[in-house]
Amino acid sequence: MKPEFLIIAENVEKWYDNNFHVLRGVNLEVKTQEVVVIMGPSGSGKSTFIRTFNALEPYQKGRIIIDGITLSHDLKNIEAIRKEIGMVFQQFNLFPHLTVLDNVTLAPIWVRHWTKKQAQEIALELLEKVGIIEQAYKYPGQLSGGQQQRVAIARALAMQPKIMLFDEPTSSLDPEMVREVLDTMRSLATSGMTMVCVTHEVGFAREVADRVVLMDEGKIVEIATPVEFFSNPQEERSQKFLSQIL
Amino acid sequence: MLENIGINWIKKNLFNTWYNSILTIISVIFISWLGSGLLTWIFTTADWTVLKDNIKLFFVGTYPVKLLWRIYLSLAIITILGGISWGIISSKTNLFNKQNLIIIFSISITSIIISLPLGRQTGITLLGLLITIISSGIIGQKYLSKVSFFTKWLSLIWVITFFLVTGLIEGGLFLEPVKIDNFSGLLLTLFIAIISIVICFPLGILLALGRQSKLPIIRWLSIGYIEIIRALPLIGILFMAQVMLPLILPPEVRPDRVIRAICGLIIFASAYLAENIRGGLQAIPKGQTEAAKALGLNTPLMLTLIILPQAIKAVIPAIVGQFISLFKDTSLLAIVGLIDLLGISQSILANPKFIGKYAEVYLFIALIYWIFCYTMSLASKKVENN
Repeated sequence: MKPEFLIIAENVEKWYDNNFHVLRGVNLEVKTQEVVVIMGPSGSGKSTFIRTFNALEPYQKGRIIIDGITLSHDLKNIEAIRKEIGMVFQQFNLFPHLTVLDNVTLAPIWVRHWTKKQAQEIALELLEKVGIIEQAYKYPGQLSGGQQQRVAIARALAMQPKIMLFDEPTSSLDPEMVREVLDTMRSLATSGMTMVCVTHEVGFAREVADRVVLMDEGKIVEIATPVEFFSNPQEERSQKFLSQIL
Repeated sequence: MLENIGINWIKKNLFNTWYNSILTIISVIFISWLGSGLLTWIFTTADWTVLKDNIKLFFVGTYPVKLLWRIYLSLAIITILGGISWGIISSKTNLFNKQNLIIIFSISITSIIISLPLGRQTGITLLGLLITIISSGIIGQKYLSKVSFFTKWLSLIWVITFFLVTGLIEGGLFLEPVKIDNFSGLLLTLFIAIISIVICFPLGILLALGRQSKLPIIRWLSIGYIEIIRALPLIGILFMAQVMLPLILPPEVRPDRVIRAICGLIIFASAYLAENIRGGLQAIPKGQTEAAKALGLNTPLMLTLIILPQAIKAVIPAIVGQFISLFKDTSLLAIVGLIDLLGISQSILANPKFIGKYAEVYLFIALIYWIFCYTMSLASKKVENN
């Protein structure tokens, strides 16, 4: 039976090494094909929170269940879960010594053990989809920020993940390149991908999100549909946050 | 026209201000005074028969004369493979660009010039090697670069050749064995340097990774090793390897003195290499590991596919610098009693027939060291640009 929730986070608590309490009991459930946008001021723990889903950040208390598998400290378990979660970073983090095509095919070949030919076919398809097939044989350094981020999206999708995490994907882009990345994300959402996005893009949240989550000081302040959240926020903190960004 | 350009260049670069003009004149006087002295010495006073009479000793030491064909064969194999690799690597560029033409031209001139002091045979051998490398370079570029077997497995072919050539020189199996301890001259220097370089490189990588390991025991051991070895003088380590290794090992195991020397060099060089590579590892942004992990790569895959290629590329100049100094450090082996290039020079000079010919002999071996070190330096530039 397919689990109803692809991501279940229960009471996740995390302290940094310097004893800073960054996550103070966060609960979130994400359904299959749902798009959740997490907003909040900087330092609220939103990036740290989504990075616990694929164990890039360890957490000390609580429980995270991805696609029915509880995240543990076992390396095999972590690697199995990482295969199912694609992640896009603020700084793109493409591999600069590999061509665009090699960036996209690397994980399918070495982790999924596809043949090179098969991986390249799928990679070219994905690059076509994100609109940069003509750059396939260039190196990341030769591409603009927006193009690099779209390669990063294609690279994550090449593993055919069940979930895509976006960690401020447009925050280090020039304004005129934000749109091309958001368009790619939008079409991904319409195709039925389960997505959790940390972003400050209000327009994207309004239009694409099923639910908007506001985090502050390591806690979830409010979860609401975008219509409710942006027009009629319930919590005082949400009202204050929205008055600052709108 | 050309004359004008030359005069303009001189005006612009040598006489552009009054103080530069004075500096230029002083330098010209100084250099011509030094240079004319050197040239006069080379062509009149110096007695080059010491090189001509001992040419075999310098290059292969006391390697049995009837087995010399193995050295020639090894040299031929390496030259051909080197030429082929050169051709394959520059498959899309011109083999005979300006820089390469200058190198080829100077080698041919050198081979003619050295025939005078070193005898015709040495000159012909050098010229032969040059022709071999050029022709195999052309073959490599024209034909073999299109054969995927060669382009794909080039590094593996080199590894096999490495074992083939060492086997050929050492003998064994159906070849008459030559004891390693009887190696001497340039042959010994190269034998020790190449084996040390080949082994210390992976060791250095492991130590650098160990130093960054999350496991405390591995980290402490690596740090301890690196810091202790870097605090010791190389000559001390070489003596210890000669004297103490037999004390530590069980009496049945008595490694050759050459092997002990190689151990000493590897122990020393790997610690320095580890620090160079650690510098490269630290230059890799954290995002690279995060991206690799997020894609589901395990640690060995992440290291070999993402981290190490970038880290090593970033520190190629430092690594090659380490290899060059390792090559030159082999001359210390003369002090612990091995007869390397420097050692054989000293024993030649001890021969009453050639007493007092220091300048000729040391200038000659300095030239040999320079040729090898400069070749490494050139190769590193090539690798960096690729």
